[in-house]
Amino acid sequence: MLRHRLIPILLLKNGLLVRSELFEIHQIIGNPLYEVQRFNEWNVDELIYLDMTREGDYDLRRDDHKTKGLADPLQILDEVSRTCFMPLAWGGRIRSVEDMRARISRGADKITLNTGAVEHPRLITDGATVFGSQAMVVSIDVRTHADGRREVFTHGGRTAPGLDPVAWALEAERHGAGELLLQSINRDGTGEGYDLDLIGAVAHAVKIPVIACSGVGRFEDYAKAIKAGASAAAAANIWHFKELTDRQGKRAMARAGIHVRQ
Amino acid sequence: MTRVGIIDYGMGNLTSVHNAFAAIGAAVEVLQQPELIASVSHLVLPGVGAFGDGMKNLSERGWIPAMEQFALAQKKPFLGICLGQQLLARRGTEHGDFAGLGWIPGEVVRFSGLDPSLRVPHIGWNDAIPAHRHSMYREGFDQPGVFYFVHSYHLVPDDPSVVDGWCEYGIRFAASISAGNIWAVQYHPEKSQTAGLQVLRNFLAAD
Repeated sequence: MLRHRLIPILLLKNGLLVRSELFEIHQIIGNPLYEVQRFNEWNVDELIYLDMTREGDYDLRRDDHKTKGLADPLQILDEVSRTCFMPLAWGGRIRSVEDMRARISRGADKITLNTGAVEHPRLITDGATVFGSQAMVVSIDVRTHADGRREVFTHGGRTAPGLDPVAWALEAERHGAGELLLQSINRDGTGEGYDLDLIGAVAHAVKIPVIACSGVGRFEDYAKAIKAGASAAAAANIWHFKELTDRQGKRAMARAGIHVRQ
Repeated sequence: MTRVGIIDYGMGNLTSVHNAFAAIGAAVEVLQQPELIASVSHLVLPGVGAFGDGMKNLSERGWIPAMEQFALAQKKPFLGICLGQQLLARRGTEHGDFAGLGWIPGEVVRFSGLDPSLRVPHIGWNDAIPAHRHSMYREGFDQPGVFYFVHSYHLVPDDPSVVDGWCEYGIRFAASISAGNIWAVQYHPEKSQTAGLQVLRNFLAAD
């Protein structure tokens, strides 16, 4: 029987790991490799690594972080693959099939598309034709406005191309996405729990798996996302700030009646 | 002497497979030329991608005669992983209709008619229940292993006795296949942590 996955997300910016809040505040929390080694030792289900470095940004690393010269995200991926015997999804600044190939050949199993997919939905299809749909994860960043209206944002939450999340999810699925990563900009880094209405609306519209993200504050939040319709529960910040995050998270899911790999 | 060769035919993620064999102490190399197959004792056909592209690349790059010499004529240990399992079939139906290698009579079909709660692709950790006691799980598995699957298609063999391990996802399908020296797995052993590495060890123990 298929287990529901619990997935840590690592956010990379200018060569360093960061935690994120509301897609605006990015606080440096450390080395891009040590966390991967820790997750591998913990035997986690899967890992999503998102490079949020903006085009043209320069490397802001400080010497006291003792990182190797890893300004190039592909170099980081090379290092990550060496210790990672778990599935790895890689996203950020991917705009072509060649960008995908460069990452998959270095050890990524899946490609996460966001802005690139919105700008050229054909990119999902082209990637799926070469690497298979299962390798195409479309990440959807959603902001809920004060009047309750939901809207898709791209470019790290800075641009609104005028898309409804459910309509875009269906279009991404039709173009060949194998999975969706659903993020809520409003909940990002708040610890208030997932946006369960958003998860339910998207998960019930599509037939592909939905990975829920954004807002986890307590281990009990994971099971709520699964019950709302998500296939997998993901989170970023909680993995850095609590002890034994994987085991305790899995236990909380199992206690809530969710079938997990322990 | 054990020497693992991984076929590079331009279909994804060789690094992970290489790293996994290296992690269990095997001498392993990625093969760029079909002639190099003669220098290895164990051959691995990995692969992530679409069936048609996989066959096209194998054929255009001239791999097929050397693979057949190794696995069919000399009957040396061969392991197909994911797409590398599916390509062993007679026919694939992903984005069209394609002839496969035909080593395992059967067809590769998409999951269909599942309960709507079962999403496709089948992504995540699921069991491989050994089909018989001589399966590839014969060493190191007191209870069925849990492995990482990520696929929309699966191989349905004409002869169910070649199924080595079963997985349940709405239907029962072949998680792994073994026909003498030819082994194949639908899941990713290189991404299945300790259970996956144990299957690779069992493969190395085969001769």
